[in-house]
Amino acid sequence: MSPILLGFVTIAIGVGGCAAYFYASNYVLDRFIFPPRTDDKGRNIARAEMVRPWLFVFPAIFFLSLYLIYPVVGSFWRSLFNRSGEEFIGLGNYAQMFSEEGFRVALFNNILWVIFVPAAATFFGLLVAQLTDRLKWGNLAKSMIFMPMAISFVGASLIWKFVYANDPDIGIINAVRDLFGMEPIDVLQIQFWNNFFIMFIMVWMQTGFAMVILSAALRGIPEETIEAAIIDGAGPFQIFFKIKVPQIMPTIVVVWTTITILVLKVFDIVYAMTGGNFDTEILPSYMMDYMFRDDGRATAVAFVIMIIVTPVMVWNIIQARREMR
Amino acid sequence: MDNIAGQKSGLSIATNLSVIALVLIWLIPTVGLLVSSFREREQISESGWWRAAFSVSQAYRVSPSADGAVQDGDRWVLEGNLFENEEGAGSGTVSGFGITSRDPSAAEPGQTYARYEVFVMEDGEQDDTNIEIAYPADGQPEFPDTDEDGNEILSDPAPVFDRALTVMENGDFRYEDVDEIDRAPSVYITAPQPPEFTLDNYEQILTSDNMDQAFMNTLTVAIPATIIPIVVAAFAAYALAWMDFAARGFMIAMVVGLLVVPLQIALVPLLTLHNQVGIGQSFLGVWLAHTAFGMPLAIYLLRNYMIGLPRDIIECAKVDGATDFQIFTRIVLPLSFPALASFAIFQFLWTWNDLLVAKVFLPSQSDSWVMTVKIADDLLGSRGGDWGILAAAAFVSIAVPLLVFFAMQKYLVRGLLAGSVK
Repeated sequence: MSPILLGFVTIAIGVGGCAAYFYASNYVLDRFIFPPRTDDKGRNIARAEMVRPWLFVFPAIFFLSLYLIYPVVGSFWRSLFNRSGEEFIGLGNYAQMFSEEGFRVALFNNILWVIFVPAAATFFGLLVAQLTDRLKWGNLAKSMIFMPMAISFVGASLIWKFVYANDPDIGIINAVRDLFGMEPIDVLQIQFWNNFFIMFIMVWMQTGFAMVILSAALRGIPEETIEAAIIDGAGPFQIFFKIKVPQIMPTIVVVWTTITILVLKVFDIVYAMTGGNFDTEILPSYMMDYMFRDDGRATAVAFVIMIIVTPVMVWNIIQARREMR
Repeated sequence: MDNIAGQKSGLSIATNLSVIALVLIWLIPTVGLLVSSFREREQISESGWWRAAFSVSQAYRVSPSADGAVQDGDRWVLEGNLFENEEGAGSGTVSGFGITSRDPSAAEPGQTYARYEVFVMEDGEQDDTNIEIAYPADGQPEFPDTDEDGNEILSDPAPVFDRALTVMENGDFRYEDVDEIDRAPSVYITAPQPPEFTLDNYEQILTSDNMDQAFMNTLTVAIPATIIPIVVAAFAAYALAWMDFAARGFMIAMVVGLLVVPLQIALVPLLTLHNQVGIGQSFLGVWLAHTAFGMPLAIYLLRNYMIGLPRDIIECAKVDGATDFQIFTRIVLPLSFPALASFAIFQFLWTWNDLLVAKVFLPSQSDSWVMTVKIADDLLGSRGGDWGILAAAAFVSIAVPLLVFFAMQKYLVRGLLAGSVK
């Protein structure tokens, strides 16, 4: 069967199966297990109402526990074994990894990414959000800056590889250098700084996200606070930094952490730009180097990423619980 | 609010200018690649895309027929027009010419380019070498004092004529040689080529580079992986929003926590699991994986939206005897359309653009490559410098997401605003 046909069959089975499951399970529950018969009608209805939510959430719980919760344990367990998975070596993979230069470079670069990308994307996002706030063509401008969000990381890498191309007739950076009579350079091979050229691709893609959220937050600021500041003689910069920014600080934090989490997941850009060469490796791409080759090492790297993400996870849960009260 | 106090017009100009600058920086890379995808591949390497609208100077080798060569004194002479029998040699205007492929623009039109054998003093010994000089067609050659290596050129013995070529701008030429011209001489010219835009690049990647197959594979992955999680998540979101049960708070917290779990952690255990249960690396595996990975965001977005629906409607329906199943399918689901659309766009963009899950859960044979894998693992390597092909491939892969993006931007923005943990 051709894959596309298989796809449609899967949609039919998936959607139809889900609908059938929900309908049938509710039917069985009401008709056979706890039927609202006359003798203990009230008790059976109450019981059915206790069971029903679980029918609704069961498929989701199934996917979540099998595909997201089990792997956290499974990965940790696998990371305690050697490459072939036969010999238990405790924290051997971790010890080996931390002693290697390659991993330390990846960890260092990832720290750079985590510092630079969220900061730059939030900065540009806030800048655009503020600048376009009262602009007539603001929505058009925002739409253009938002556009890279729709592009795949691979596509974006290709777009920027073209900009960085080491040929003044192709890459616009080297064309500008050529204009000033400078030799063409391959920016992806300049040690250390090449990281920033790669990171900028991520900034380019995530600025739109930051802008959309922060723009909505800026709109939500009570007009009176700004008017009061104007009457008190505040200049535009004072209004921005002393009135607006403090009021949207919680949103800035949310944007910042969301981008931080993303940065810890994305291996595509480094993979497509340099393949991790020239000291540009980061943890997700470092992990992919070992995927299919050394599962013990790959899961160990994944678990390190998991540990880095955990504080954000805990913080998110605390926030969500607070909001629910 | 345009002219409130504190808003100065100077500031407004600065604002406009900086927004223009930012928009340009954000757009230029994409526009550059888009323009390049429509250019002739030879033109791409000759000039930058920002000059795509102008002619490109290209080198051609022309071999005018040797018929009609006549002897004139001690020289053989061939005259004619270079463009007479040549197809595709530029626009019919010569911008430079030469007699070697090394330097096809050694002389300008209207000049004579001649090769002489000259005698030089090298290390105190007399030697001979060839030099080429350009001079006005109606003038006489002036020999330099030294040759390329810095050796002195002697005026005695005098330089000996070897051959000369005169070319006019319109292609008229006169070729002189000391030997008999019995076969077509090679003339190298540079001629401006008008800008040329084609669909050749697209045609090539879609027909001979198998990008069409990759496109179908991407579509095959993305559509079920978008629809199935919506159905599963919608039921769960309804339960978490409107049904009362003990573990509800815990489950909501769990979903929020799972939002940030890195996918990397799931790869090895799940691939092992898939292999054990016989799914292996297949489309089914990708669909299951995408369904699960999209689940936390789907539940979170949909629950946040559903909880905002008016309580009255749902309670009225309950009073009227509707079951939860009926309330869900008849009332909540239709009312939640905006949230469903938001998530569908997210999940579609994510699955369409995904590289990681496709690389791990799909077979590694080329007939099941999706476009991202095709570009990253194949084209970037095998077509490294061929920017026409790469650009076209990139735009085949990003055309659909861009279309979805511009058509459904409203829902995307709404989803983003609802989805970021506040």
